[in-house]
Amino acid sequence: MDKTVKNAEEAIQGIKDGMTLMVGGFGLCGIPENSIAALVKSGVKNLTCISNNAGVDDFGLGLLLKNRQIKKMISSYVGENAEFERQMLSGELEVELIPQGTLAERSRATAAGIPAFYTPAGYGTEVANGKEIRDFEGKMYLLEHAFKVDFAIIKAWKGDPQGNLVFRATTRNFNMPMAGAGRITIAEVEELVPEGALDPEQIHTPGIFIKRIFEGKNYEKRIEQRTVRKNG
Amino acid sequence: MLDKNGIAKRIARELKNGYYVNLGIGIPTLVANYVPEGIKVVFQSENGMLGMGPFPFEGEEQADLINAGKQTVTILPGGSFFDSATSFAMIRGRHVDLTILGAMEVTDTGDIANWKVPGKMVKGMGGAMDLVASAENIIVTMMHTDKAGNSKLLKKCTLPLTGVNCVKKIVTELCVMDVTPDGFKLLERAPGVTVEEIKSKTQGRLIVEGEIPEMVV
Repeated sequence: MDKTVKNAEEAIQGIKDGMTLMVGGFGLCGIPENSIAALVKSGVKNLTCISNNAGVDDFGLGLLLKNRQIKKMISSYVGENAEFERQMLSGELEVELIPQGTLAERSRATAAGIPAFYTPAGYGTEVANGKEIRDFEGKMYLLEHAFKVDFAIIKAWKGDPQGNLVFRATTRNFNMPMAGAGRITIAEVEELVPEGALDPEQIHTPGIFIKRIFEGKNYEKRIEQRTVRKNG
Repeated sequence: MLDKNGIAKRIARELKNGYYVNLGIGIPTLVANYVPEGIKVVFQSENGMLGMGPFPFEGEEQADLINAGKQTVTILPGGSFFDSATSFAMIRGRHVDLTILGAMEVTDTGDIANWKVPGKMVKGMGGAMDLVASAENIIVTMMHTDKAGNSKLLKKCTLPLTGVNCVKKIVTELCVMDVTPDGFKLLERAPGVTVEEIKSKTQGRLIVEGEIPEMVV
């Protein structure tokens, strides 16, 4: 099975105004840079984006925000983006903030065919407003639902034409739970290797969750907080 | 009175051998610098790593290897990487022994607020709500008062809550307290701080029993 597409432009075919996208990454770590650039170029708008963060002013999802292509963001933390804050406070951008673990599990549940689950995160807070609350053995939980997602877009280190994926370090983050959460899941990889080149024992995400895969180019991999210690 | 490093150092004395520990952003991150001799703990970073090590040497930093504060870090031998759903399974499933995080307000019943100041600051809760709702042992580090001198140790939070009845211990620049069913229980004073000062800066119920020792930092 060959799910390879030529490039990001071909991969995002079918993404239309008003759709709901899931976008992998944590901060700027492991974000699908090529697909985001193609979305900016395509001009598609009124998007709902589900992503842990919203990028920074001039990179990641911040590029789509700056271009006013996002109508609603669903995230857990959006602290590093001034334009985001401006759009949110002025009411131009709709924002739903949800606990990070709930976001991860809702993503996983979406891909795994689980319509809803109970979690303690947010009990007693405004996150619980309007949600079913249930007591299990004396502890309180909220009912949280899976998402409805048109396209999920994730990024891995290596992949093969079947869509099997291998990640580096902390880029697994939301890329793995979001794999398979869209009607169509797009994977962009730094290196596309031939079928059989990946060791089946070492595959992190099996290809069945992926519909389209391509090798991206010119990865910038920007570092948000460069922290180092002195040599010696 | 303790400075930030003093608070971190005092909290580090709560670490026990074999603990898995999640450190929040800010002062909690400094705790990693003061792990006592002879104690081995494993730091969990909720973006997907166990065995988080120190910052990399200059030139060795990698964009693909960051902590939950988005800082470049390293991983220690024996560490592992995993996805966010697995990470929060560790947290919700109570496999993480201790959570240390910052707060804007805490109440004498263990409620905590640390994610939102309506109209001013809306950054999001990140993983804080998951952590406080699930952790068995939560230590909060915070300043005792705000810049205007108002107590941040309250009867009731004024800011949107992050979690309820969850904080177990608090270390401020002035003291160490446990949160008990009867309120904040004063355990130790910071060097040079009097019980009277702590009383005057604590709005919530404060229990002072017997002599309160000065802490050893």
